[in-house]
Amino acid sequence: MTQTIQNKAKLDDQALIHLLEKMWSIRFFEETLERLYKEGEIYGTMHLSIGQEATAVGSASLLKETDWMTSTHRNHGHSLAKGTSMYAMFAEILGRRTGTSGGKGGSMHIADPSVGNLGSNGIVGGGFPIATGAALTAKMQKTDQVVICYSGDGATNEGSFHEALNLAAIWKLPIIYFIENNQYGMSSSIHEMTAIERLSERSLSYGMKGITIEGNHLLRVIDTTYDAIQHVKSGQGPVLIEALTYRHRGHSKSDSGLYRSVEETKAWQDKRDPITQTETLFLARGLLTNDVLLERKQALKTQVEKVAERAKQDPRPETAALFTHVYAE
Amino acid sequence: MKREISYLHAINEALDEALKEDPAVFLMGEDIGIYGGGFGATRGLERKYGRERVRSTPISESAITGVAVGAAMTGLRPVIELQFSDFITIAMDQLVNQAAKIHYMYDGKFSVPLVMRMAAGAGTGAAAQHSQSLENWMAHIPGLKVVQPATPSDAKGLLHAAIADNNPVIFYEHKLCYSMVEEVPAGKYVIPLGKAEVKASGTDVTVIATGVMVHRALAAAVQLRHQGISVEVVDPRTLVPLDEKTILNSVRKTKRVMIVTEAVKNSGFGAELAAIIAESEIGLTLLTPIKRLGGAFTPIPCAQELETKAIPQEGTIVTTIMEMFK
Repeated sequence: MTQTIQNKAKLDDQALIHLLEKMWSIRFFEETLERLYKEGEIYGTMHLSIGQEATAVGSASLLKETDWMTSTHRNHGHSLAKGTSMYAMFAEILGRRTGTSGGKGGSMHIADPSVGNLGSNGIVGGGFPIATGAALTAKMQKTDQVVICYSGDGATNEGSFHEALNLAAIWKLPIIYFIENNQYGMSSSIHEMTAIERLSERSLSYGMKGITIEGNHLLRVIDTTYDAIQHVKSGQGPVLIEALTYRHRGHSKSDSGLYRSVEETKAWQDKRDPITQTETLFLARGLLTNDVLLERKQALKTQVEKVAERAKQDPRPETAALFTHVYAE
Repeated sequence: MKREISYLHAINEALDEALKEDPAVFLMGEDIGIYGGGFGATRGLERKYGRERVRSTPISESAITGVAVGAAMTGLRPVIELQFSDFITIAMDQLVNQAAKIHYMYDGKFSVPLVMRMAAGAGTGAAAQHSQSLENWMAHIPGLKVVQPATPSDAKGLLHAAIADNNPVIFYEHKLCYSMVEEVPAGKYVIPLGKAEVKASGTDVTVIATGVMVHRALAAAVQLRHQGISVEVVDPRTLVPLDEKTILNSVRKTKRVMIVTEAVKNSGFGAELAAIIAESEIGLTLLTPIKRLGGAFTPIPCAQELETKAIPQEGTIVTTIMEMFK
């Protein structure tokens, strides 16, 4: 076991390379979805997290399978990083019977309790109280579980954010509110929609610890999440992390990008891409050679596309499924 | 020996028994500790079960509901109280978009066994924002169950059924029923959801009444007996699931039906009941058109003489039925 790059979670070189591979697979997963969408294979819309892979991987990878997470409409990265089956996610988004929700959920409603994925939510801010409830269960049942609640920057202007964070703070619940500030809520710049510089400042009003970090630095995300996990596990109450990042693609498939400049997007893509930055770091520190990197990357890409092809062959839901699971037994 | 207790006491007893029986059950709501909740339904329970399981919250209806959803998804069985059913509007996203849909949207991977208890209805001068009957909103949402007990013994048995149910159940307690007293069995018993009850047998007309209207219909039935009209009173008890069979059996027998709800008549649950009867095979066998009584299409006013006029009363039920026999 070699640990070339210092990090608080004490991840060795192999573990870090594995995280880079996870980031690649999320990117390839979403690029494959884009292709499938263009080919008319996907019914409905989807929200891609391309450009935000470090926040998902650097945080969710530190959780145990039994820890819970909730996510948003832009959940593919979180869901995969938490261990949700890529095959079942492809199937779900393709509307197949074998999907995570049998085709009933689609891209915005991916869940898998077997890996602690409590579900992604189509209502902005909808996940804050639910994740807080999972943290309440952990506390009441004394299970040592931690919850990560992912949200975007725009969601912090919802009332549910305020109510849930206040509750979590007074009850000192083991929950991390992880805000991916990708600068825009749909077309609205967060700077036009809030009067504060840092969203983490909001934690102060709840008596909660808060921090803003560069979200496209994988190691920074790992260290911050590691500290937050220790903090919430020690019973000191929740933590709010604001991770600065950027979505390379539009809000959803309907976005024509009128609200931001090509130069701005290009700057983030060229200089602050989380995957490129991680690759550069790992190459410089000798975790990988360029040849190995390219070889592994290509192999992973082929593998992801094969998974999509396999899901595409699956049957669509039967009509009877319309009426199942409206109510629980 | 007969043991008579109030509707409020019956609810308190069911909560007490459920907390005692199942460690996964816990209560959450505003002022439900020492204060005993808005109307006293949880009085004494914090002292008995502690502040972890009888959990007083900030004034945050959305978080109370959403936290209950998350807790229910992960293994607990929350019973939450909203002080007035009007406040459900603040919790609506968590109830309608989350609680009701999670089981379906994730194809059965999670269930949401939560009960939302609330004091509903008018008749206390609480005015427009503390007196509504919005149960029809809830009955319209696939995934929710809706319970409206009228009597102490129904309240206790139905609350036990609601807590045992693996779905979100909205439990409407009528404020005017809280002080009503009748014989209630000691210990736990369950009245299954989806079973209507014939509260009074009759042969000439069926009155389908919900909530406190059950009592007004029963009182009207006594008056009408002296006029020679035999009234059957049917209480659905749960709007979802609805016991259509008991309702249709009664109307098939009497061939006349009046529906009375406290909720505003327009687009109310009474319309649903009327439609079910009209669409059934007995729709064309009725001797008189289906009659509905409901709240006036106004917000609930405060002044007593106005409030009384906004809601069906015993007298209006009597007059309306007598007109059906002219």
